[in-house]
Amino acid sequence: MTEVRPPKITPRAPEDRPGRAAGTDEDLRRHIPLTHARLPRWAPALVAVLAGAASGLLALSLGWGLVAWAVVGIVLFAVALPAWSRVVENSRAAKDRLVTVLVWAAFGLALVPLVSLVWQVVSQGLPAINAEFLTYSMRNVVGEGGGIYHAIMGTLLITLMAAVISVPVGLLTAIYLVEYGQRSTMARTITFLVDVMTGIPSIVAGLFAYALFVLFFGEGVRMGLGGAVALSLLMIPVVVRSCEEMFKLVPHELREAAYALGVPKWRTIVKIVLPTAMAGIITGVTLAVARVIGETAPLLIIAGFTDSLNFNLFAERMTTLPVFIYYSYTQPGVPPEYGIERAWGAALVLIVIVMALNLLARVLGKVFAPKSGR
Amino acid sequence: MTTTATTGKTRQRKGDLIFSGATRIAGLTILLALAGVAIFLTLEGLPALEAGPEKLQGADSIVAYIGPLLFGTLLASAIALLIATPLAVGVALVISHYAPRRVSKSLGYAIDLLAAVPSVVYGLWGIGFLGPQLVPVYEWLEQNVGWLPFFAGPASSTGKTILTAGIVLAIMALPIITAISREIFAQTPTLHQEAALALGATRWEMVRLAVFPYARSGIVSAVMLGLGRALGETMAVAMVLSASGIVTFNLISSDNPSTIAANIALMFPEATGLGVNALIATGLVLFVVTFAVNFTARAIVARTEKGNR
Repeated sequence: MTEVRPPKITPRAPEDRPGRAAGTDEDLRRHIPLTHARLPRWAPALVAVLAGAASGLLALSLGWGLVAWAVVGIVLFAVALPAWSRVVENSRAAKDRLVTVLVWAAFGLALVPLVSLVWQVVSQGLPAINAEFLTYSMRNVVGEGGGIYHAIMGTLLITLMAAVISVPVGLLTAIYLVEYGQRSTMARTITFLVDVMTGIPSIVAGLFAYALFVLFFGEGVRMGLGGAVALSLLMIPVVVRSCEEMFKLVPHELREAAYALGVPKWRTIVKIVLPTAMAGIITGVTLAVARVIGETAPLLIIAGFTDSLNFNLFAERMTTLPVFIYYSYTQPGVPPEYGIERAWGAALVLIVIVMALNLLARVLGKVFAPKSGR
Repeated sequence: MTTTATTGKTRQRKGDLIFSGATRIAGLTILLALAGVAIFLTLEGLPALEAGPEKLQGADSIVAYIGPLLFGTLLASAIALLIATPLAVGVALVISHYAPRRVSKSLGYAIDLLAAVPSVVYGLWGIGFLGPQLVPVYEWLEQNVGWLPFFAGPASSTGKTILTAGIVLAIMALPIITAISREIFAQTPTLHQEAALALGATRWEMVRLAVFPYARSGIVSAVMLGLGRALGETMAVAMVLSASGIVTFNLISSDNPSTIAANIALMFPEATGLGVNALIATGLVLFVVTFAVNFTARAIVARTEKGNR
């Protein structure tokens, strides 16, 4: 990504130039300015302060909240700066300044939900977190107390199983795409369909797992394994994409050097290509896990909900964190405040797990990165 | 000498055969899984054609059942995209062209965090925080622009409206639209941009004349991928929306059309017999719609990539 910025125009007075015989040409040039007036560099800051102050005055006198103050301030800024620019500079520069304000405002607006959401989850969830909350299940709990141990275990087991299914399939597919398929029709079809698969709605994955398991176990089937199958349907495309990108980065010279030594192709892949790409693969798999660990809809359908601990993936209902959040909030029981508090607490735990996985992915990528410069 | 050479060769070939066969099977598994989704949903959804009103929440046939749900799905997604698209293009421009280079990467990471938040947490935030915050806005809309059919009211007192659901969906679709748009913006040939600037264009004129024409199809496909996400989003809608399964364009009342995905999530745990089949049939419709949307979007991306190469 190369950055492109408007060049700074340095004004240069006509007098600076080495003298030339004065003539009609030179006179004409004197009257056509080579530069146009520009607002000083501190102009946006000044307008921002003024707009904020004006909006603050209004807000104080009319008793508005923080949101109204910010909105009015930004609108004032978006009107005042282009207006000033239009007077001093020209309409094109004014438009440019207006658009700059607008895109930054869009960016700020996009961050508002993120900040608000994290703040809400932390402030409402933190009071619920304690040792009991993390180590007890909800079995025989009415009202206060209880915990999310069963949900954490369910989430970990189902996600682990999903990873066990998706990583080999995803990894081998990526190897096929990069090392064997190359430009064959099948490889191109798979690449394309994998891209399309990333857009499958999670609830459809859940229905698929249900429809599949109904054939074997009869109507009303609920088990953790089904959840893992549904999740792996969502996870495989992510794994394939990231592994494929990593294999493509492995230099061809490494493969050719191995072939030249008489190493068979499959050993080249296992001993040369895989270790070289390992850092990226670990990062990709971790990110894929982070993506599916928060999935709710498929698990709601096929893994179900229970208050008790269940370690067996192959039988009975199994609660996971997202499903627990959903039920605790929508059916909090009597009195409702304890269920709602547990929902926020579980949401905090889930967000922490997801963020930790994202962070871990980045750290692992750095740690396992090949030492040679790429 | 010759014999060892040949045996070595055959041994190699066997290992290679097994390994390449394994990779090929893995690839086929993916194709089979995708086909399996369509086949199993059709198998389990077909019996719903005979379902009666008692299993379809009062609808006469499966078509009459799916119609309002499909309408709700499209309406919520349309609201989401109307909000998300301009924002996402703005955000992508900030990251690719406006922000100082040193910070643009961390800004992009902040937006990616939006995508990492689980959907159920969005639902929790939407129902527990955003909805109540929007109630005064809805009351204001009803009083001042109530003559528009969209804001006819009566305004919901809980904020559990399809407009709230659309806003939450917009937040969830924003990261994917941003991610793809900013990739495409960043790929705009530097020479085009420098040429525009050299002719005296301001930064906005440069973006409009050099970046947008280059990125147009990319933006279209990014929006379609965002649409795919919004169409299939389940939990946020299921939690935020107070659905009654009617067809209306009134965005701020407490009677709202439901969406396919949310309806499945709400009804499935209690459904039995043909009711399950009916829900699976609606899931099949959702799958077909999102598959078509994603297919088109990816086809546009693929064509653009080929053109640029």
